[in-house]
Amino acid sequence: MATTVFMEALSPTMEEGRLVKWHKREGDAVKVGDTLAEVETDKAIMDLQARADGMLRQVSVAEGQTVPVGKEIAVIVAPGETVGAAPVAPAPAATTGSGKREAGNVATAPAPPPVAVAAIPAPTTADAAPIKASPLARRIAKEAGVDLKRLTGSGPGGRVIRRDLEGVAVGREAAPVAVPAPAATFPVSRVPSPERTGAPYEDVPLTQIRKTIAKRLAASLGPVPHYFLTTEVDMERAAEAREALNRELGDEGRISFNDIVVKAAALALTRHRACNAWFQDDHIRYWNEVHVGVAVAVEDGLITPVIRHADRKSLREIGLETHDLAQRARNRRLRPEEYTGSTFSVSNLGMFDIDQFTAVINPPEAAILAVGSVAQKPVVADGAILARRRMRLTLSCDHRVIDGATGAVFLKTLKQMLENPLAMLL
Amino acid sequence: MATATAQPAKDETLLELQRRMLRQMLLVRRFEEKAAEAYALGKIGGFCHLYIGQEAVAAGSLAALRDDDYVIGSYREHGQALVRGVPANAVMAELFGKATGCSRGKGGSMHLFDAGRRFMGGHGIVGGHIPLAAGLGFAIKYRGGDQVCLCYFGEAAVNIGAFHEALNMASVWKLPIIFCCENNRYGMGTAFERVAAVTDVVEHACSYDMAAELVNGMDALAVYGATERAAERARKTGHPTLLEVRTYRFMGHSMSDPLHGVYRTKEEVEEQKKRDPISQLALKLKEEGALDDAALDALDAEVRAVVEAAVQFADQSPDPDLAELTSHVLVE
Amino acid sequence: MPTLTYRDALNQALREEMQRDPGVFLMGEEVGVYQGAYKVSRGLLEEFGPMRVVDTPIAELGFAGVGVGAAMAGLRPVVEFMTWNFAVLALDQIVNSAAKILYESGGQVPIPIVFRGPNGAALQLAAQHSQAWESWLAHIPGLKVVAPATPADAKGLLKAAIRDDNPVIVLEGEMLYNTKGDVPEGEHVVPIGKADVKRAGTDVTLICHSKTVVPALKAAEQLQEQGVSAEVVDLRSLRPMDEESLVASVVKTNRCVVAEEGWPHCGIGAQVVDIIQREAFDSLDAPVLRVTQADVPMPYNKQLERAAKPSAEKIVAAARRVCYLD
Repeated sequence: MATTVFMEALSPTMEEGRLVKWHKREGDAVKVGDTLAEVETDKAIMDLQARADGMLRQVSVAEGQTVPVGKEIAVIVAPGETVGAAPVAPAPAATTGSGKREAGNVATAPAPPPVAVAAIPAPTTADAAPIKASPLARRIAKEAGVDLKRLTGSGPGGRVIRRDLEGVAVGREAAPVAVPAPAATFPVSRVPSPERTGAPYEDVPLTQIRKTIAKRLAASLGPVPHYFLTTEVDMERAAEAREALNRELGDEGRISFNDIVVKAAALALTRHRACNAWFQDDHIRYWNEVHVGVAVAVEDGLITPVIRHADRKSLREIGLETHDLAQRARNRRLRPEEYTGSTFSVSNLGMFDIDQFTAVINPPEAAILAVGSVAQKPVVADGAILARRRMRLTLSCDHRVIDGATGAVFLKTLKQMLENPLAMLL
Repeated sequence: MATATAQPAKDETLLELQRRMLRQMLLVRRFEEKAAEAYALGKIGGFCHLYIGQEAVAAGSLAALRDDDYVIGSYREHGQALVRGVPANAVMAELFGKATGCSRGKGGSMHLFDAGRRFMGGHGIVGGHIPLAAGLGFAIKYRGGDQVCLCYFGEAAVNIGAFHEALNMASVWKLPIIFCCENNRYGMGTAFERVAAVTDVVEHACSYDMAAELVNGMDALAVYGATERAAERARKTGHPTLLEVRTYRFMGHSMSDPLHGVYRTKEEVEEQKKRDPISQLALKLKEEGALDDAALDALDAEVRAVVEAAVQFADQSPDPDLAELTSHVLVE
Repeated sequence: MPTLTYRDALNQALREEMQRDPGVFLMGEEVGVYQGAYKVSRGLLEEFGPMRVVDTPIAELGFAGVGVGAAMAGLRPVVEFMTWNFAVLALDQIVNSAAKILYESGGQVPIPIVFRGPNGAALQLAAQHSQAWESWLAHIPGLKVVAPATPADAKGLLKAAIRDDNPVIVLEGEMLYNTKGDVPEGEHVVPIGKADVKRAGTDVTLICHSKTVVPALKAAEQLQEQGVSAEVVDLRSLRPMDEESLVASVVKTNRCVVAEEGWPHCGIGAQVVDIIQREAFDSLDAPVLRVTQADVPMPYNKQLERAAKPSAEKIVAAARRVCYLD
């Protein structure tokens, strides 16, 4: 019996996937577990694996094409079977909606099961939704060699209209704007430099990651009632401790201020469970474990790899793990369990000399800590003005979970730990 | 130019007139019979309304007309066209839809036209051409001529608004029109008395202060006399006349309609056939010693030959060019 | 150049053509003694006599047919309908006789007739007296249909219609009769089948005819203040339609709004849209929008009637939409 190959949900929140590269071609023999293709999800690039032995046929999705989760993209035909035999869908499991996490199994779950498909669509060669563009815009784009898929239309329903192509000279013998090659690494859309195109601007479609960021943040800041608590922390002792530790470590790694903040926050959370929680429609989940998401800037976005059990990890471990995760995040090589399941998040813009900022909570978490730069500031102490290294923290709280006093108390504990790092050993 | 419809000149005798009418009626009869045959063979399509039994009306009335008079009729106009002088070849070819037809194959049975003979069609909407007749009469008056316009229609058309409007205007404006109502008693399948409050068509004339005459349509001479009187009135005084000519069709309303059965009995048809106008005129001429069987047979053979030739001509004629589809929509 | 009312321009055209050709005559209700229901035929009876200016009974079907019959005999009748609403009665003669006899006779009998009269809504005349018949008539092969919007076009198109050997429908308008404009003297004949650019522009094409021309021009002025340059194209001729001019305009502006007095479903604008999407597809930056009468019988109440009619505001709104400004 033939086995249908679907676009699988390779992340819990994935709704569509972009087929980056086929590893097997039409007619190739495949075995269970073989990598059929690389798929860009909303978070990372994942391998799509064969779930049957046989020959790959009816490949209906091209490299570079985006299809919704659940869409049939190929068939594995059993040996000796003819093509076109009715494919049998593997037992489907319900897909989870975006924004909800799978309860408690992120750490241990294997590759997610295939997604339920309401109806198996007939395989077609051109599965991509047709691009909306006015006839005039199509003509201008065609004449200028511009790929309409690269443009965002400002007309109704996303229609590409003439003004979206302004600057594209009609009839110009332009080299087509390069569609990113479906590389093995990350085919992100690059922000074009004006010199390259000569145009005053260029519209670039959202990649999966941008779409997800956009959706999630809008879903957060919109419905989540944020409030913000700021405090300034004296970092002299923490700085001294850091310098000492780094001298100890030498070449084997460096502790950053952020690592210290992560550790301190994790410990503080063990004492203030109220801030280590998830808002869940009709209940609040107070976590007993502490998993801290550390925001990492990647080329065109943001991702939050998770330091699991951060409260139990040493500074060194936190440092190494953060470094490794960040690197892999930038390379789009994170596994789902590595960027899901955080109970609290930390975001640091200190390296950009930001004194303080307010971060948007990652739902369903109840709080996020925004860390500013460590900088010398004049401080009044004992009637005298001293220069001390200071750092501003801003805690964003979901008021549905954390009341003002609760948040403030947590922040105070955190501040105390940072101002007296040895207290973390207690 | 001399045509088959040359009026009985003062030197034509009554006998010659009758012989002429007999020949015309026989021609129409044989032509219509051939048309029925051709229709059954699929050579004629659409509607085909036969004149069989009514020949005396065309023969008698058109005998009273001049070449420069206008003639206009309904869709049952093969007889009028042939008597008016439109060649049998041209009429048959038109029925067959050929390029050599009198309307170039674009009109068909219901739209026979011959502008040179002032035969102004051939119209498909019941009563729709009666105002056209009034317009032709208007043009005659406008130009100050003494021509007349002879307009044929059936008795059922008397009930439609166009009849009333046209007769009213013809009378109030004094237009030289002969409104010739061929009362064959049945619409398609409806006896006139079932749908007409007034069944004597001549009675309508008083609504318009118009002269009227009731005529035996099976008697060619009677029809001739009545038409002559009406033409005289029109030419001399400019006034119109309404003629009710009582006749009978021996076939169904059209080739698609039954002869009898639902709306009239076979017996009635058989009874009416005894009044066949051709037989009646032939008999009269025989009684006067002006015709014998041999002469009649010879006449019949002659018209049959004409009709046969017409069929052959139509068969061999080409269909119109595809370009004719879009020609004559407008005068360019 | 003299300034005339639309009414007087028509009167001038009739007079000149009747002087020029003795075969031309006018026929209709109240055209003679009463001087014309809308005074279009003022003075003509006195000049040409009762044989050439004929008062008819109220019998639209009948006298339309008389006109066609007279045309069959070679005269050149001008048949006036007091309004085109009443011409429904005469449709059998217009559509089944006038439009078809040339074709049915294989080209033997031309029908050089003009049917003319006021068309469309006036003010509060209610449903039966407010209809615009362009669509019905323009649908029929064998007819020509024109709708002059200005006094100059009224004179020029009526003269052209009378001289045309085909049946020509001339759609005037009660609300147009009093409008004034420059009218060239003498031999001013506007060819049938040619549109007219009443105002040049670059950003959007406004296609209109008859009573929508003035609102379209008003709309163009308002749009100018909003930074949009509108080109106003007066169709003038509905059958045949000047496809070339319409297409050329839209190729230039890339967007189009069609305004008309008739109802939307299968209206004149629908035909214009067909032409444009077919012949100017690659030039369109937006769909073609239409401004029409509301799809209802015309109400009597003044406000409701205004709401039902096309207007400059509605044209401006449509133009802004196709410019993606709203």
